[in-house]
Order: sequence, then C-alpha cells, then structure tokens
Amino acid sequence: MSTETIRTTYREAVRAAICDALDRDRRVFLMGEDVGRYGGCYAVSKGLYDQYGPERIRDTPLSECGFTGAGIGAAMGGMRPIVEIMTVNFSLLALDQIVNNAATIRHMSGGQFHVPLVIRMASGAGKQLAAQHSHSLEGWYGHVPGIKVIAPATLEDARGMLWSALEDPDPVILFEHVMLYNREGELTADAGPVPITGAAVRRAGTDLSLITYGGCLFKTLDAAEELAADGIAAEVIDLRCLRPLDDATVMASVRKSHRAVIIDEGWCTGSLAGEVSARIMEQAFWELDAPVGRVCSAEVPIPYPKHLEDEALPQVRDIVAAARAALGR
Amino acid sequence: MSEPPSEYHVSTAAKPHFNRAHALHLLRQMLRIRSFEERCAELYTEEKIRGFLHLYSGEEAIAVGVMQALKPEDAVVATYREHGHALARGIAMDTLMAEMYGKREGVSRGRGGSMHVFDAERRFYGGNAIVGGGMPLAVGLALADKMQGHARVTACFFGEGAAAEGAFHESLNLAELWQLPVLFVCENNLYAMGTALARSESETDISRKAACYRIPAMALDGMDVIAIEAAAHAAVAEIRAGGGPRFLECRSYRFRAHSMFDAQLYRDKAEVEAWKKKCPLLRFRHWLEEAGILSMDETGRIEAEIDAELDAAIAFAEAGTWEPVADLARDVYTEDR
Ligand SMILES: Cc1ncc(C[n+]2csc(CCOP(=O)(O)OP(=O)(O)O)c2C)c(N)n1
Repeated sequence: MSTETIRTTYREAVRAAICDALDRDRRVFLMGEDVGRYGGCYAVSKGLYDQYGPERIRDTPLSECGFTGAGIGAAMGGMRPIVEIMTVNFSLLALDQIVNNAATIRHMSGGQFHVPLVIRMASGAGKQLAAQHSHSLEGWYGHVPGIKVIAPATLEDARGMLWSALEDPDPVILFEHVMLYNREGELTADAGPVPITGAAVRRAGTDLSLITYGGCLFKTLDAAEELAADGIAAEVIDLRCLRPLDDATVMASVRKSHRAVIIDEGWCTGSLAGEVSARIMEQAFWELDAPVGRVCSAEVPIPYPKHLEDEALPQVRDIVAAARAALGR
Repeated sequence: MSEPPSEYHVSTAAKPHFNRAHALHLLRQMLRIRSFEERCAELYTEEKIRGFLHLYSGEEAIAVGVMQALKPEDAVVATYREHGHALARGIAMDTLMAEMYGKREGVSRGRGGSMHVFDAERRFYGGNAIVGGGMPLAVGLALADKMQGHARVTACFFGEGAAAEGAFHESLNLAELWQLPVLFVCENNLYAMGTALARSESETDISRKAACYRIPAMALDGMDVIAIEAAAHAAVAEIRAGGGPRFLECRSYRFRAHSMFDAQLYRDKAEVEAWKKKCPLLRFRHWLEEAGILSMDETGRIEAEIDAELDAAIAFAEAGTWEPVADLARDVYTEDR
C-alpha cells in the first residue's frame, strides 16, 4: 500500500467510487433523477454522463417508486444498478418497492432470487431545508430485515464502501449525509474497497464510549477533543454499518470504558440509538457504571430558521454534556 | 431547443369583465410577484434568506390569472415555488417576506421558510416541497367540500415534473371518479430541475394525460394572463356547477435557475433569451400601453408603489423576531387540550 495521499472531498470520493465500479464491472450503471446531464443534485455524478454515456448514467423522470422498483428488477435480471435517490425524504415514495420487494424477495422465493442492488441517498439536516428535506431515517431502514444499511462518514469509507456494497448479493442502502459532501481531507492515492461488515474505532479512549455514525461522527470527534482538554479520554466508535450492527466492537469498547453515550441524528423515539442502547443492556449490562446516554434530534419536524434547526439537532455541546453526565462530572 | 409559442397576441375575447381597473390590477399583481422574486434573489446572496429558494419569475401570469377566478372561500394548494401564488392569493408581502427570513412574524411563523407558506385565513394549504405531494391533499380538500355540501373549489398548482409521479395519476383518477371540485393547474415550464420535458415523458402533451382520466383539459399559453384568467373562469364555473374536476396546462418558462444552486447547464442562453421576449409582464404592459389603457407614467407609478411595498416588507422582516428556542417543540401536536 502506498502512503502517497491526495487532497479530496467526500463528494469526489463518492464519485471516484462510482467511476471505479463502472470501470470494474460492465453490469454496473447509475440511475436516478438528474444524475446525468445535470450532474446530480449534490453534484456527485458531475461529468460522468459525458464519460460513460446515457445508458450507464441514466436520467430518470420524477418517479421514485418506478425507477427504484426498476432497479430491483434490473438487479434480479443480471445487472448491478446503483440507484440514486436525491434525498431520503423522496425515498419515502419508493418505500414500498424497497420494503415490500427488495427486502423480501430472497426470503419469499425460498432463496431462488436475490437483489444485488445498491441504493444511494443523501440524508440529514443542517442546510436550513426545513421539514420535508431534512430527515434522518437511517434507523427506519435499519429496522427492516433483508436489506443492509451503511453510512460512510470518512473519505476512506466514501471511497471504499460502494464497491463492497455492489459485491454484496443483497440490497444495500447507502446513506450520504448532506453535511459531509464538502468535507475535505487526505486520502491515500490507492484507497480501495472497505468491507461493509464492521464498525470502526475512530479515536481510542478508556473513560467512556461515544457511539455514532454518519453526519454526527465529526461532531462527536470534536466533542471528544473538548473532553480530552478536561482529561477525559473518550473512545469514538463509528458504527458505519447500521444493519447488521457490529455488536462486538461496541461491546468491546463498553467493557473497557463502562460508560456509553450514543449520538444519532434520528429522532430519539424508536431510534437506532435506542437499538444500540438495548443491545448494550442485553450484552454488557453488568459492565456499565452509568445509564447509557443518548443524544438525538429533538422530537420535532426540522424547522427552517438556523437557530431552531441547530437546537433541534445534536450539537457538540450536547454530546459533551451527555458525556459529563455519564461520568458524573 | 424548446421554442416558445410563436403567436402571442393577448386574447380578450373570452374575458367577461375586462375593464381598465381590472387590467391595472392584473399588471400590478404580476409586477409585485416579479419584484418580490428578484428582491428575494438579492436577499439570498446577502444570506438573509437561506435553504432552497425557487423563484417564479416568468410564470406570473399563471398564478395571477387563475386566482382571479377564485373566491375567498376556495382553497389553494401549491408547491415550493409558491411565492407568486401566495401574493396573488392576498397574503401580505410583509408576512411573506418575514417567512423568507424565518422570523416569528412570518405567515408560517418562520417554521417553513420559502418552500412552506401556509395561511389558514386565505385557505392556502402550502407550500409542498415533495413533487406531486400536494395533489392528493387537493383531492381530499375537495372531497371534504363535496361531502359537506360546500360549493367551493380547490385550485391545485404543480409543475409538469409532477406528471411522472404516481401521485399525479392517482389524484387525477380519484378526482374524476368521485367528481370532485378540483381545478388542476399544471405549470409547464419545460424543465423539472435539469430534465427537459421530452427527456422525461413518453407523452409530452400533459393535457392529454388528464384527458385519459376523462377530465376536461385544455393547454394554454402560460404567458398570457388574460387567456389564463378566461380559461380559469370558465373552468371554475363548470366545477362549481358540479361538473367535476378540470385541468389547465399552462405552457410557460422559468426565467431563473431551478433554485439558487443551479448553474443551468442543461439549457442554452439563447433559449432563455427567446422566452424572455415572451415575458408575460412586458407583453401585457405593451399591450395595455398600445391600447391606450396605460401610460408610461402610470407604469412608473405602479412600480414605485411596489418598490415601497417591498421596502416596507423587508423592513418588517428585518424588524421581526426569532422564535425563542424554548418554543422549538411547539405545534408538533395540538396544544391547549
Ligand atoms: C418526490 C420528489 N422528488 C424529487 C424532488 C427534488 N425536486 C424538487 S423540484 C424538482 C423539479 C420539479 O419540476 P416541476 O414539477 O416541473 O416543477 P418546477 O420546479 O419546474 O416548478 C425536483 C426534482 C422533490 N422535491 N420531491
């Protein structure tokens, strides 16, 4: 492995991953609203239409249910589609196809058919897009057996998880948090596939475990930094695979730190954070020195004004406060 | 390249009460919308308005024309490109501007912003940012009217992009099947974000889709306010008389980008310029001036009044207050129960 790095963004890393997949496998194609000529609503696929042509970078009408379902059919028919849904809010129009078809067909058919499909979508709040464009529904998708759910947050994962998702014989939903696209950093020039099986420890620590994913990862790392200034060593775990969850990494951390706070942009009630918390109770209850804490979004449709949007979402100060509460200091 | 309609005379034939005062009213309404939109674009670059901002410049004749046929008791359902509809429906410019800012004095209490204008008093039911999302609502509002014996009409505005969504087809079918009082108004501006109509529809004549559901449908020059008003009056009269839904496809063009994040690489400048020559305001104004109904001085006076109205609206929004964060969870459920 080379140590040479390139300066890139999350957006470019996703684009590189898509190109890589298109180059590696003739069966791969990208399909969605404005992915082609327009270059994607978040400019992820910019330039790909000219490079790969309209067959493989396929613009669709505003028909989420139709083209997602078509992606499922095409996957069953031998292709390896990447379906892009502009944002998770619009995926609700395709929920029927995802939950009733993609997730069930292998099981319902007694294992005869399978759906090797990847559905990419943007999610999350932070751009003042108000209540119909700011959802974090990763946890909802994580509820459904038959699909896998991943949420790359780092450049390496944005670059590497797509290929693993495409190689997976079952449907994978890939979430890209909208606030990550412009994030810049260094990526090794030969960065390659990243498995979609496990969580990653992003910062080691022994005093408590901060467990998060997606758009909250960098807020959590900032909080850990702040805590470190006060002599608190927080471990930060990036779940990144939301279904199936990597219990082993979470429990290993909790057994070491004896305290856990889960940070999740989803609404608290019925959240992924609730699921992780329950698993900690089930698998590591006797290791805990404090109740498991949760930092989630306020239970409100996300409002438009900045100060209210900020208030509704998990912030560094909330994470720090929850960490202190868990430590009693 | 999509050609604008080559013939674009202003048609007064079908308009029953055309008089000078009304003509000036139409012009003023369209000018108010254009000025509001252009000022919003500036305020966006100043970061006073944030989030997504979709402007209506070029399409003013549709909202203004259709609203003339509605009564206060009728209802309106619109999309995220709804500032024009809000103004034409009578929502005050100051509370609308305060909403753009996200201030508590905004018409939706600042919670919605540009894409989510609501006003119960004027039966303005949004401001829906899911393409096609407002259409079933309009059907339901009309169903409620029919079941309660109200002779009211629901006007439902949407872009041609919505015609690809299931909600469009399900709504049209339900409305006709149940003979509901809905006026469907398709604002066909030829592009859904970056996707040209011909690249997204196998049948590009949207009015024919409505006809498939047996809804009487008409395609109109969307740059002709008089033609739209006349067609809306006729359609609304039939709906009110119990004739079931009607469908107007207004062929128009948006002069600006889809939203403020759009470099418009999907259409060429010549096409935009060609359509700008068909500007519904310019055209109506020239016609009024040529017909001797309006003098240049009067136009200037109207514009000055609108500028003052806008300045006052901006001052109102600037002076507005931010909702306290303690009220964040307000209005998630009914309070005071
Ligand atoms: C269900 C859904 N899919 C995608 C979007 C993103 N989007 C917002 S507006 C738009 C284009 C809609 O075009 P059209 O209906 O013609 O209306 P226009 O914007 O031209 O007024 C798209 C794709 C959305 N808001 N909702």
